[in-house]
Amino acid sequence: MISGRLVRGLEGRVYIALAALAVVAVLLPVLNLALPEDSAFHVSSYAVTLAGKYLCYALLALSVDLVWGYCGILSLGHGAFFALGGYAMGMYLMRQIGARGVYGNPDLPDFMVFLNWKELPWYWYGFDQLWFACLMVVMVPGMLAFVFGWFAFRSRVTGVYLSIITQALTFALLLSFFRNDFGFGGNNGLTDFKDILGFNIQTDETRSGLFVASAMAMALGLIVASFVVRSKLGKVLVALRDAESRTRFLGYRVERYKLFVWTLSACMAGVAGGLYVPQVGIINPGEFAPANSIEVVIWVAVGGRGLLVGSVVGAILVNFAKTWFTGALPEFWLFALGGLFIAVTLFMPRGVLGLVPSLRGKIRPLRLPGIGKGTSSTVESPAKAGE
Amino acid sequence: MNAPAPRAVLYLDGVTVSFDGFRALNSLSLVIEPGEMRAIIGPNGAGKTTMMDVVTGRTRPTSGRVLFEDTVDLTRLDEVAIASLGIGRKFQTPTVFQSHTVADNLELALKAPRGAIATLFHKLAGEERDRIDEILATVRLSDRRDNLAGGLSHGQKQWLEIGMLLAQEPKLMLVDEPAAGMTDSETEQTADLLREIAKTRSVVVVEHDMTFVRNLGVRVTVLHEGSVLAEGSLDHVSADPRVIEVYLGR
Repeated sequence: MISGRLVRGLEGRVYIALAALAVVAVLLPVLNLALPEDSAFHVSSYAVTLAGKYLCYALLALSVDLVWGYCGILSLGHGAFFALGGYAMGMYLMRQIGARGVYGNPDLPDFMVFLNWKELPWYWYGFDQLWFACLMVVMVPGMLAFVFGWFAFRSRVTGVYLSIITQALTFALLLSFFRNDFGFGGNNGLTDFKDILGFNIQTDETRSGLFVASAMAMALGLIVASFVVRSKLGKVLVALRDAESRTRFLGYRVERYKLFVWTLSACMAGVAGGLYVPQVGIINPGEFAPANSIEVVIWVAVGGRGLLVGSVVGAILVNFAKTWFTGALPEFWLFALGGLFIAVTLFMPRGVLGLVPSLRGKIRPLRLPGIGKGTSSTVESPAKAGE
Repeated sequence: MNAPAPRAVLYLDGVTVSFDGFRALNSLSLVIEPGEMRAIIGPNGAGKTTMMDVVTGRTRPTSGRVLFEDTVDLTRLDEVAIASLGIGRKFQTPTVFQSHTVADNLELALKAPRGAIATLFHKLAGEERDRIDEILATVRLSDRRDNLAGGLSHGQKQWLEIGMLLAQEPKLMLVDEPAAGMTDSETEQTADLLREIAKTRSVVVVEHDMTFVRNLGVRVTVLHEGSVLAEGSLDHVSADPRVIEVYLGR
């Protein structure tokens, strides 16, 4: 019953995005694995991994859109949840190296041997199992977000103050993970991974597999996010975004709603990080850099916030541009990014995706479609209101 | 069900609110009976809005008691708990959810479980939809059902907010300046609406507009410097020389 409602609860844009994801998830691996390398249609393994990376960024952007676009919480620290998910997966990959490390210690990762540690710290227990690592990929960011949110929302910290403490959160984690005695490889982080579930992490097949897994996670993220924002809970989120104290006077415990969506969003960001690390082959404290989190916000703004699919489009577009720029004109990338953010804020407040309906002469306001009606009528009615 | 009907829906007993030595409310006492509609008037700074803030949990009084239905002390509860008891409030400037449709605004206000899990899996049943349509008809917004609330006129927003109050099915409604910024015919319709609503619940209306208060035709309390100056019919209080001096005479 719930799954039936899940499907019916989706809207047009999400269907299109899911279909596109399915096509890409099949096409890219086939073109990579089945075609000979000299074929004109062959897709390189580099491209497959790059696409997988983009999908992880897109899932991270989606998680930011969920809290920023629908709930008005501008998080400047979502990179922290992404990196924590990444570290949890990195710990599993470290344990898989086993005795193949430089020092050949079957239990201790190289950096621990180097630091003269004699035994595995307790918080590394269990990470030799993928299921446990996957659980931690979701749970660690989720728990941190829950505790952080519980205090922040209960104390009614909002707006720019909340943004600043999210930034402080990721910065504090950056400093902690830099320390060698923190037990996560310090400055160098975790790297030199060998295999995942017994498959060599370098082969084309494994890379394609990880790409497909990223596409599936992205699809699941879209379905869950879409279900949440189209439920009555989603309406409460938009209500509290626009008029928090009014929502409270209607009898809603606003802080619980914020906590729910904030924690859910952190879990999503963690999953994105967990899939990102095996594809790029390294996780280090640099992922906690405050600038990373700010960049995610730019992706969402470029794509169009409060539209779900907008954040996905924005993340892919900006990262595509970044890949091109850092190859062709590396010194201009940050200027281009800054310029893009200013241009979007000034001229396209609803982002790239916000332009699409207005080109057809229908300005679709930032809202969730009405209840229990077909998509066509929900497109019509806000258009009238916009006049 | 067998519990005796409360003698007072709202009972303020010696309520004082001080902000840095300034007494916004000065030992204010007030009784609202079940099913009563009361108009509260007074010059600017008389404490009308502060009184509403105290009743709805936004401001804690420095001293005094605020009892709801004889037993519940409202000064110990927060906004959400007070709203859940059945006290609804309409603000001075209309605050509706701009980016939701008129119908969605009412859906959010409808009396229903307010927990996050309950709303996540909530499905709008036919019964609720009928109730929304009923309220839309009452507040004369049936033809704006699927329009965004942000696109309504000022007067229509005021009505929508009154409709949202109705949807909450409160036992006590606090209405702050419902006629502010309305045309004469809108003001008259609003008075009709409030009289209709007051048939089934207690209503406290704060208002500046004397014509509107006369239209309501209810008992009037005059506040001045944080306490009650006079109480009675509008004609009675208008004849009171102290009232004329502080308020009507100017």
